[in-house]
Amino acid sequence: MAADPATLINWGLLALEPPGWGGVLLGGLLNSIKIALGGYALGLLLGTGGAFGKLYGGPVLKDLLEVYTTLVRAIPELVLILLLYYAGTDLLNQLTAAMGYGPVDISGLAAGIFVIGVVQGAYSTEVLRGAIKAVPAGQIEAARAYGMAPTQIMRRITLPAMLPHAIPGLSNLWLIATKDTALLAVVGFSELTLVTRQAAGSTKAYLLFFCAAGALYLALTLVSNIVIRIIETRARRGMVAPA
Amino acid sequence: MTDRAEAIAVENLHKRFGPLEVLKGVSLTAREGDVIAIIGGSGSGKSTFLRCINMLELPSAGSVTIHGEEIAMKKDGHGGLVPADRKQVQRIRSRLGMVFQNFNLWQHMTILQNVIEAPVHVLGIAKAEAIERAETILRRVGLFEKRDAYPAFLSGGQQQRAAIARALAVQPHVMLFDEPTSALDPELVGEVLTVIGDLAKEKRTMILVTHEMKFARNVANHIVFLANGVIEEQGPPEEIFGAPKSERLKKFISSIH
Repeated sequence: MAADPATLINWGLLALEPPGWGGVLLGGLLNSIKIALGGYALGLLLGTGGAFGKLYGGPVLKDLLEVYTTLVRAIPELVLILLLYYAGTDLLNQLTAAMGYGPVDISGLAAGIFVIGVVQGAYSTEVLRGAIKAVPAGQIEAARAYGMAPTQIMRRITLPAMLPHAIPGLSNLWLIATKDTALLAVVGFSELTLVTRQAAGSTKAYLLFFCAAGALYLALTLVSNIVIRIIETRARRGMVAPA
Repeated sequence: MTDRAEAIAVENLHKRFGPLEVLKGVSLTAREGDVIAIIGGSGSGKSTFLRCINMLELPSAGSVTIHGEEIAMKKDGHGGLVPADRKQVQRIRSRLGMVFQNFNLWQHMTILQNVIEAPVHVLGIAKAEAIERAETILRRVGLFEKRDAYPAFLSGGQQQRAAIARALAVQPHVMLFDEPTSALDPELVGEVLTVIGDLAKEKRTMILVTHEMKFARNVANHIVFLANGVIEEQGPPEEIFGAPKSERLKKFISSIH
């Protein structure tokens, strides 16, 4: 009964070609990355709009954005995902039915990006709002004094000037986005966590597959850290104090 | 100062902050080549007046005319004024070179990028041409070697000279200086005043708010003494500093000597 590691762990299960599950796992990772990237980008877009709206918008817009950020940040993400995914597709289908079209088939990828994006948008609204407020008023004033239009000020001055203040918060959000993709397993989207469960369930090699998935998530984080560091160095190039 | 064209004409300018009236009807005309120094104690409204010229502060009443073009204003419904045409204000601002007390250089841009920003992105000058002109200006203020540095890595005096270069780069009709040496360490004041003094010698039209009385006396051809939101006294420097008439001005001058 001497446990020989070579037989305890059947590394062959990780082979890229079937019957190994390696290829499936990597496919799941790729799907996770796609959703994280798409959701994060959508979140940044919503967040930028939300932050500017909260700071410079009219009273109605400010209230609406407050409701959005409060609700999304108050409700557990798992609940939100279930709600947005099932209620969202149901609503969309009722809408298309009312307009006389048949039910639409929403791809898991699009739904995943939408759900993660809406969640991320609420958090990035707050991160970006804080960062914009950290930009010294004189920077904006100088831009106005030299005749820049408001959109130009936002593009040329406010956004690049707030970036160094936003990056720590935004990198957190990115890492959270990569892991939030795992929540989409509950709606049956074949991202890394779901395919890992399938692989582990059908081979009974639970330890092997969940450790492999953990390693893949870790690798994603490590690569992300390198990219974040490059971006941060560039964004802070005009600042004296070290990060 | 009679035949030269009017560069700036401010008529009966009022500015209220809530119940507080900071400017109570100030009129001032600057002709081409005038160097006007506005002096006065803190709270006299001198910075506010300067900032009303390019609408960084919105006047509550009165009019501002730059190069014969009056800035169109309309009522904002709360007893104040707002510009009727934002594009007009942007166009007029683009040719007024403003220099701030705290420099306000854009921190994420190099010195050269700061200097070419408005010429390229507001005035629409080709980048190569803007760079060429910017380098000439930077040489002139002694910062050519620092053109690729970021503002935060420069001394206050260097930053303010860079800010003056940024103002010069838009080929300004009028230069506005808002206490340009107040935030500087004493040993750095001289280098900035030298640059401003040279510009004054070229007969560039400029209005400067300053605490440097000796400097004001040397470079300005007209001194305006602001007190409690009105022009208490104005005239050539010899009269203002040599033979002040009003009690307030006498007191102010004796207090700073």
